[in-house]
Amino acid sequence: MKIKLTINGASYEKDVAENRTLLRFLREDLGLTGTKEGCGAGECGACTVILDGRTVNACMVLAAEVDGASVKTIEGEARDGKLSDIQQAFDRHHAVQCGFCSSGMVLSVRELIERNPRPSVGEIKQGLEGNFCRCTGYTQIIEAVLDVTGQIDRKGEMTHA
Amino acid sequence: MLEHSDPSTLKHVGHSPERQEATAKLTGDAVYTSDMTLPGMLHAQIKKSPHASAIIRGIDLSRAEKLPGVRAILTGADLDYRLGLYVVDKDILAKGKVRHYGEAVVAVAADTLAIAREAVELIDVDYEVTPAVLNHMDAIKEGAPLVHPDLGSYATIPEVFSPQGGTNIANLSKCRKGDIDKGFKEAEWIVEREYTNPSVQHVPMETHVAIVEWKTGDEITIWTSAQSPFTVRGLFCYTFKLPLTKVRVIIPHVGGGFGGKAGIHMEPLVACLSRKAGGRPVKFQATREEEFSLLPCRSALTYKIKTGVRADGRICAQKMEMYWDAGAYADYAVNVTRASGYSAAGPYEIPNAWLDAYTVYTNKPYGTAYRGFGHVEFFWGLERHMELVAQTIGMDPLAFRRLNLLRPGSLTLTGEKITEHTGDIRKCLDSVAAGIHYGELTAAEQARELQTGLKIGKGLATLHKAPAMPPFTATAVIMKMNSDGTVLVNVGLTEIGQGSTTAFAQIAAERLGFPLDKVTVTVEKDTDRDPYDWQTVASKGLMLTGNALILACDDLLKNAYEVAGQALRAQPCDLEHDGGRIYIKHNHDKSVSFSQLSVGYCYPDGNAIGGPLIGVGRYVAQGLTNLDKATGQGLPALDWTYGAHGIIVEVNPASGEFHLLKICSAYDVGKAINPDMVRGQCIGGMIQGLGTALCEGYIYDEQGHLLNPSFTDNKIPTARDIPDEIECIIVETPQLDGPFGARGVGEHPMIAVAPALGNAIRDAVGAELTHMPIRAEDVWRAMGRKEPVETWITRTPTGSCRSVLL
Repeated sequence: MKIKLTINGASYEKDVAENRTLLRFLREDLGLTGTKEGCGAGECGACTVILDGRTVNACMVLAAEVDGASVKTIEGEARDGKLSDIQQAFDRHHAVQCGFCSSGMVLSVRELIERNPRPSVGEIKQGLEGNFCRCTGYTQIIEAVLDVTGQIDRKGEMTHA
Repeated sequence: MLEHSDPSTLKHVGHSPERQEATAKLTGDAVYTSDMTLPGMLHAQIKKSPHASAIIRGIDLSRAEKLPGVRAILTGADLDYRLGLYVVDKDILAKGKVRHYGEAVVAVAADTLAIAREAVELIDVDYEVTPAVLNHMDAIKEGAPLVHPDLGSYATIPEVFSPQGGTNIANLSKCRKGDIDKGFKEAEWIVEREYTNPSVQHVPMETHVAIVEWKTGDEITIWTSAQSPFTVRGLFCYTFKLPLTKVRVIIPHVGGGFGGKAGIHMEPLVACLSRKAGGRPVKFQATREEEFSLLPCRSALTYKIKTGVRADGRICAQKMEMYWDAGAYADYAVNVTRASGYSAAGPYEIPNAWLDAYTVYTNKPYGTAYRGFGHVEFFWGLERHMELVAQTIGMDPLAFRRLNLLRPGSLTLTGEKITEHTGDIRKCLDSVAAGIHYGELTAAEQARELQTGLKIGKGLATLHKAPAMPPFTATAVIMKMNSDGTVLVNVGLTEIGQGSTTAFAQIAAERLGFPLDKVTVTVEKDTDRDPYDWQTVASKGLMLTGNALILACDDLLKNAYEVAGQALRAQPCDLEHDGGRIYIKHNHDKSVSFSQLSVGYCYPDGNAIGGPLIGVGRYVAQGLTNLDKATGQGLPALDWTYGAHGIIVEVNPASGEFHLLKICSAYDVGKAINPDMVRGQCIGGMIQGLGTALCEGYIYDEQGHLLNPSFTDNKIPTARDIPDEIECIIVETPQLDGPFGARGVGEHPMIAVAPALGNAIRDAVGAELTHMPIRAEDVWRAMGRKEPVETWITRTPTGSCRSVLL
């Protein structure tokens, strides 16, 4: 079937199979491979994209369902070759290790702070609980969110014994 | 390598610049193997065993072969190649029988993933189910079914490993120190208990993926999400009897490894599919479910410890028996057994020690390397046991530990002498004890207990680990100067998220005296381009590659100075340099820039000298030996990284539910090259250790079917599961032969989190836990028993983390 949608501000018109997921549509049909597949079962959040303002797991949405919608993927987060505020905070706070969860994590943060511009630590944890990260232990990600929302002005540090 | 580590002069080392490849990862620009598509690429799928143990009576491919778009089908009968890291025991596809649930039986390559999946559905395999041995403690009994009846004939490395033909024992490692009988005779108390933990899954966010093309003339290219390109190449060529020049392994960005992507995995099978399909590239990516059972896990362990203690609280003897559940193939489990064996007493001085460590085959998905390489598993038992010993003899657990810790002059289990440079375990332990106000409840904590009715407990655990690697482990670095005076560094160590790329750039910039932005360390690995490195494992990369890198910097500068000396008509001893130029020490105006020297210095008349500037550094582990097979004595440890955890937990004394209020961890890293990234390793590893402690573990039914190969049924920690407060402490006792004094800390934060939690829970409510993971119901049950128990979950028929009996 034919679908028409906006992705990161650009219009697309494509033929898709009825059983094509949004994840495979983005990655395989459009080459937008910044969106990752971690489980394909809606459990890990690696494929998080923003669909009409709300985060979804792209592996659990059919491309057919997004006809007429507006989708934002990680490729739409940086502007004019510059990292966004969230991306810069992730970089500054070392909130990236292997990077495989980072795309989905950044978009979950984007949606969280658009809903809630000054989330508490508890609200940040709740907002990110659907995004698994096996490397960082989440702490530096939470610090990056506190930073980008103006709630801390310095990095977490090691103590020297 | 320590001579240039005066912290006041360091411009890059000891600072925390941002991660070199963070921008690519944050924008989605970073390409992982899973993102790659090649022209003409086929997609592979695998038909897997639904049984733990069965004879393959027949395979009907007729319907699959007729499916349009199917380009290659392979069964075990088509392939006569066996794989194995240390014991060559694994057919690329099951031949004649299957040995575990999820084992690969038939492989298909087709034009699309959908066709490949349909083809797998159309294949019928006729099995005759045979008796399986599922518990490793049953597998060592007389008369147990043999997982590998031909074990005695398999190739191995006999200097290091001892497979016992005619049994299920893939390896037996021994350690003998002092006189164990005499030691126990001196003991006032003898304390004995058994500790267990199940298999767990690594859960890299990117599942295993490989793309291989096998072209005419055996020209083979492998793109893979592996940790160790040279090991993939080496074992691939060993298996297929090919010269190393025929195979090129390329590793782009890797979405996490944690040991599960060490060694070699799907690459040979995917390669055979490509060859069968006429050389078209074939891609295989494991599903999350396949990650749990087609690919390997971490071995389960049963650890029996018997400790003799003198009246003064000093340990005088310790007998240790480890039974590692290898699963169906030996893979890394035999080496986990060896490495854990020589480390099994922890950072404690044991004058008389006796250890037997067995690797046992069972009919389950097989074990491999996992961050900590056995230490996460055995420290669970060891540090719960030290707590029990202290309780039994009526000593404070902190005081008991302090009394028995290794100190300068102590001998390890293998006879290595500890020095003041080895690291400061006491400082680690004391720091975390102070960090949690160990041994008391603060006024605020007392008030909280009164207010909530919950009990607060505090627990400690120590940890140590040395890199588990061959004594001859080697690496090299090639550094090339570009014509603008920037340098490009090639190392064979893979960036899997640990941050080595950034640390190496800092070390190179420091040693060269260059600005950091003039140094680039390549992320993608390519065996045709990069110099050899043994493997990206063992927390040895920083030290070995770091040292090679320092030598490469020195080599590049030496070469530059030689040419500069000619250009400036000076001896190299009269020269100095800054980030941009080499100049005469006593006449700074006379200089030549690095860009002028970079590809050959050219005189005004066009005459040139020098040529492109390259620096080469080689490093091999120094002074290590194999262990004596009868006694386990020798020098296996490149370095020892010490650490400790302190945990404050709040437990509901009625339900057993608990919550971590704080974890404080300390590690003696020698020198933190990038403190923010060290902190990232510390917290990330600790939370991974908490996953092992709290909720992760394989669950089987009595037929050996894996019941929880998903994130729904095998939880890993989320952002909501982390402790309320996390404190990381670094201790810096310089490693004399480490780069700027540094030693590795990649694996260590994961070790001993579980026993610190177990000890804290015991402190809070008296629950004696001997099995991990620790769930609320386990605490509740253990509270009811009140005595050291073999908990109900350790007695399941399959060594799982959940009983099917109750």
